[in-house]
Amino acid sequence: MESWSNLAMVTSWVIYLLAMCAHAVEWASARSAAPAAEPVLVAAGSGRAAPEPEHGASEPARSPSEPVRVDLFGRIGLALTFIGLLTHLIGVVLRGVAADRFPWGNMYEFTTTTLLLAAATHLLLATRFGMRWLGLPVTLLLTVGQGLAVTVFYVAVAPLVPALHSVWFIVHIIAAAIAGAAFNLGAIASILYLVRDRAERRGRVGGYVDKLPSARALDVFAHRIHAFAFPLWTFTIAAGAVWADYAWGRFWGWDPKETWSLITWVVYAAYLHARATAGWKGRRAAWLAVLGVATFWFNFVGINLLVTGLHSYAGI
Amino acid sequence: MEWLRWFWTQLTSMRTALILLFILALAAIPGSFVPQRPVNPIRVSDFIADNPGLGEWYERLGLFDVYGSPWFAAVYLLLYASLVGCIVPRIAVYARAVRTPPPHTPARLDRLPAHAEGVTTASEPDALAAAEQWLRARRFRTRREEGAVAAERGYLREFGNIVFHLSFVLLLGGLAWNTLASYRGEVIVVEGQAFSNNLTQYDDFRAGAAFNPTQLRPFTIFVDAFTASFETGPVQRGAAREFRADVRTADPGAEPQASTIEVNHPLRVDGTNVHLIGHGYAPVITITDPQGNVATSGPVVFLPQDGNFSSLGVVKAPDARPEYLALEGWFLPTAVVDEQGPHSVFPDALVPELFLTVWAGPPREETSAPESVYSINKDDLAQMTTAEGAPVAFRLAPGQIVDLPDGSTVEFSDWQRWVKLQVSSEPGLWLAAVSILLAIAGLGLSLYVRPRRLWVRVADADGTTRVVAGGLDRTDTAQGLGDDVVALARAAGVAELAETPAVTDTGAELFGKQGVG
Repeated sequence: MESWSNLAMVTSWVIYLLAMCAHAVEWASARSAAPAAEPVLVAAGSGRAAPEPEHGASEPARSPSEPVRVDLFGRIGLALTFIGLLTHLIGVVLRGVAADRFPWGNMYEFTTTTLLLAAATHLLLATRFGMRWLGLPVTLLLTVGQGLAVTVFYVAVAPLVPALHSVWFIVHIIAAAIAGAAFNLGAIASILYLVRDRAERRGRVGGYVDKLPSARALDVFAHRIHAFAFPLWTFTIAAGAVWADYAWGRFWGWDPKETWSLITWVVYAAYLHARATAGWKGRRAAWLAVLGVATFWFNFVGINLLVTGLHSYAGI
Repeated sequence: MEWLRWFWTQLTSMRTALILLFILALAAIPGSFVPQRPVNPIRVSDFIADNPGLGEWYERLGLFDVYGSPWFAAVYLLLYASLVGCIVPRIAVYARAVRTPPPHTPARLDRLPAHAEGVTTASEPDALAAAEQWLRARRFRTRREEGAVAAERGYLREFGNIVFHLSFVLLLGGLAWNTLASYRGEVIVVEGQAFSNNLTQYDDFRAGAAFNPTQLRPFTIFVDAFTASFETGPVQRGAAREFRADVRTADPGAEPQASTIEVNHPLRVDGTNVHLIGHGYAPVITITDPQGNVATSGPVVFLPQDGNFSSLGVVKAPDARPEYLALEGWFLPTAVVDEQGPHSVFPDALVPELFLTVWAGPPREETSAPESVYSINKDDLAQMTTAEGAPVAFRLAPGQIVDLPDGSTVEFSDWQRWVKLQVSSEPGLWLAAVSILLAIAGLGLSLYVRPRRLWVRVADADGTTRVVAGGLDRTDTAQGLGDDVVALARAAGVAELAETPAVTDTGAELFGKQGVG
């Protein structure tokens, strides 16, 4: 069972890689098309409202052949991501079956679950809401993350240590995984915002950047994701504190993991405040979102590998 | 006075709050890399021993106790001052806003971000009444004006914002109360022995300034058995799999009640929590002096030094005659002797052995001076040697007896496990928990409630009744303003819109939905 799970995980990694290549070709083709004028976006936006958005001609008419190729590779990318998601899901489920518990007991399992949620959210946004421009950055994230998971983080299936035998194991970790997936998507949106904003200010909006929504829309989208993730992260920390009180006899002990989750929380709190502060709106706020996801990743990878603390399980 | 006002204005500005949040995040970082005294004092002393120069500077800067240091406290107290200074005036503003009807209808509704207009067949009062009814059904608060209706919704957003911020004040209060009134004690209990909740019984005890020893509930815990199991398979070999203490608890004069304590299942007695936070081994050792008298006998607590429970301990026999005797050495649950010397290779007691050396000296006068049970005061003791002059060192398996050169014997009859229990009472924690829940609820309201203002004006002109509706979002992330404005115009009886209203609606662009119905 475990080896089937591993096979499925590695397969999903390869498929995500192919999906990323397809999206890369999609954007490379879009780049070779002549930069379009600004108002095209509105048309693209309304095009996405078509009943079948994945088939909807979201490409504004340019030269006759280019949009077809762009759209074709975009659809291939989405289809591959979907297949990758299925094998990924099989991998996570089989891992749980093999371990006879929820598969969230170590770094490998947490990464694969979080990426699964990110991939599923991306596909939902892309097909239901026409946000296909997320394809390239999200598949890049999935490829890198899943690659790290199967090569560096991998550990064999094992039961849990007594400290993890708790209902809070499910509550705390699933909240962290959902919040983590959202933080990653939010950071992608913020990075795209920075790219788009820069292009708009320079008046050079072409290629991939042209297919992104306006900087303002990206900013709003990033804010919505973070507005979803931040309360959930607050809850994750609170649930962790409750669990720590049961398992370790104290609710907060400045364990490195606890400290860094608080740092992440503070950075995102700063992000939300920045959006309401003159001079901090927009670009600086977006950089804060990027900083936030960096602290999240550091907490997850750096703290697990560099520092020993109470959150060190299974040797990794 | 002027500079004080300036200082206060600066402190309570959003920009300052932002910078303080930054500093708080930065200030929290060193504590995750430098060992912290409250978390692990041994690692701190190791660090100072390894880096004496750096250690001294770290000590001066308070880096060994970042989260208790004055500068860390300064950051979060400033943040709290900024928070209070920012939010209290907003409470007053909010209280006024809640009691104030929606703002008057602007003169030019067509200048708002969204507007729609058209002609209705209804009379002016009917159109206004219909519009007002529509608004009220959508939970707008309305104000009827001369020929117009003003409406606003989303008052809960600011309410949630205030609740979120105030709950942090409540959280600080709860934590402060808890720090003052709580206590936490640790005690090691060998299987088969008991612990009474009494100050004298604790190995380690910490309490807040407001703690009173009468807070200790007078219960007794009998530790009947402790079960530990470890992974024996190839993956994660030696990892803990189960810890369970079977105990009985009793109030004074009452019958003991059987229960268990596990890692995630602390025992709750009389509002006091009893956690299982550690375990180890206690070899049962009997020392018989040369006269044949038993000088000491019973389980002796050895303290684990590594993950495989290589445990260090001492056995003292102050009653041994003619000489005071003391043993020092290792208990190894799964003993192996290789180039590293004797050590344990598995945490469970698969091949338990004792490795001991012996110290002897003149009998000591009994004093009441406290003495560690985990180390020997070797001032007037000498290591016992064999006739050849080599130090006496021996290795024992359970059931074995060794004869010492002076005629005394040491018997390692058996081993038992001990558990470390943490007894704690945290009376203020519920308040902290409630404030976190309030914070999350308030945060939800402040992030998801989207205040909106709508107006509709109806005017008779040249025998027709014209309707103009307009709207304004008070957040930059709302969507559907255009929909609302058009629907409001239609509610006032407009069958055909004069023009398709232009609306800045990012939702339309993002989600492929036109803002206009």
